[in-house]
Amino acid sequence: MQKTVLKMAQSRRLTRDVWEMVLEGDASAFTHPGQFLELSLPEKFLRRPISVASYTEDGVLLLVRAAGQGTRELVTAAPGTEFDTLTGLGNGFDLKNHGEKPILIGGGIGLAPLYGLARKFVGGGLFPTVVLGFRSAADVFYVEDFTALGCRVFVATEDGSLGVKGYVTDCIRSFVPECNYGYVCGPTPMLRAVSVLPQLSDGQFSFEARMACGFGACMGCSIHTVSGAKRVCKDGPVFQKGEIVW
Amino acid sequence: MVNLSVSLAGVELKNPVIPASGTFGYGREFAELYDLNLLGSFSFKGTTASPRFGNEQPRIAEAPAGMLNAVGLQNPGIDAVIAKEIPNMEKIFRGPLIANVGGFSLDEYAENCRKLDACPQVGILEVNISCPNVHAGGKNFGCDPNAAAEVTKAVKAVTKKPVFMKLTPNVTDIAEIARACADAGADGICLINTLLGMRIDLRTRQPILANRTGGLSGPAVFPVAVRMVWDVYEAVKLPIIGCGGVSSAEDVAEMMLAGATAVEVGAANLRNPYACKQIVENLPGVCDALGVDRITELTGGAHR
Repeated sequence: MQKTVLKMAQSRRLTRDVWEMVLEGDASAFTHPGQFLELSLPEKFLRRPISVASYTEDGVLLLVRAAGQGTRELVTAAPGTEFDTLTGLGNGFDLKNHGEKPILIGGGIGLAPLYGLARKFVGGGLFPTVVLGFRSAADVFYVEDFTALGCRVFVATEDGSLGVKGYVTDCIRSFVPECNYGYVCGPTPMLRAVSVLPQLSDGQFSFEARMACGFGACMGCSIHTVSGAKRVCKDGPVFQKGEIVW
Repeated sequence: MVNLSVSLAGVELKNPVIPASGTFGYGREFAELYDLNLLGSFSFKGTTASPRFGNEQPRIAEAPAGMLNAVGLQNPGIDAVIAKEIPNMEKIFRGPLIANVGGFSLDEYAENCRKLDACPQVGILEVNISCPNVHAGGKNFGCDPNAAAEVTKAVKAVTKKPVFMKLTPNVTDIAEIARACADAGADGICLINTLLGMRIDLRTRQPILANRTGGLSGPAVFPVAVRMVWDVYEAVKLPIIGCGGVSSAEDVAEMMLAGATAVEVGAANLRNPYACKQIVENLPGVCDALGVDRITELTGGAHR
């Protein structure tokens, strides 16, 4: 973990509620895709935990769903706005043990950390299959960015307005039954549904939680695992399939 | 050179700054950031007899100038704390530790304190009769003077270490509870624990916290804590650890003027992991500005 100041470089709106933000500053504390940061926002006591979509030494790319007043102010902040930030939080994804046929599965804003993961895999010569789920065509974002990396990308929308009609699980069953190791991030019901797909022998699941500290001190984000209570912020946010108690 | 040392019922601390229980874990995460030996002490995560997971998610909510928590005393239980956590804490902090002790019965409080009495690393027992986030059959020892006195007596009977009773602000007259603890033999009072609160999600129309209610902490509660420390200082002749919303060295001085001998820093650690370090570093300057050579001169200064 590092406490540093990140500066807004640019942001742009991707859908009605999702924004892409580039923040500049010392991002050297990040070691794995799937880690997160905590931004301090004006007039909010608690920092906001946000998954990092990708990072370099000098900055981070964030994909942010502007759900509340705090995040709306964040995504619309003027270029040059400075944010006191805790960086390099959480464990992130393990890229080494990716099984035979890895598949990246993202639901909505949950695709954010998978983008950085896909970039790392592609940089190492591995081109994973990607399945992304959204509510409707109007909510779709970043599909072309995954495609541009050279990944095979499938899209599912709940109303069928783009790609496969239904959930990511429907898409996986129909189109990529051969994939057997999942990297998964999205809403908890989606994580649970993916975890019971019989074809996925193993995988890594990234969890969300309301947090206070973000670095393991307060136990505010603890979840049950087979080896007892684990902190989403410090022991996670990525947990191996076998650890998770649904 | 300002003398920052204070004495809590005979336990010497190099300064009055103490991270509050539940906001500092067992110190490990902070020891990666700075040398904990610059602190007066630290009060580690509250301990119960049996391991506890605590409440379900969500446990945390934002509040104006503060936060709500409903962690619910998550801890591995007294035996694991003594076997694993206390030896680990000894490696990162050489001074006397403060052990925050939880319980659901007189016997449990006494048994936990008896076990901790055998730990030389522990300097002070901070007996938590005030956690708002656990439901012990409706019984809350900190809300009734007789019950608070009973816990004090039960604990004092099994330990020679100084016993500080940690009080809840969710009472009509906190001074009355403090007097009951003092009459029962307490060596000091620690106050305040969190204020009971609730937030409701407009979208779901339901309380945000799974526990429905949680404890409010942060700068929002600071004036409440100062007022209650003032009240307790007027009521008892015991050392007071002031706690509640402290975020700066100036806040430490204010809490001491109200009557505190030492001060705990809680929610500020969660927002700024360097909060306690910065407060310790800024304290000599604040004392200089106030014209005191010994920080103990501040204690109770507002009552004169």
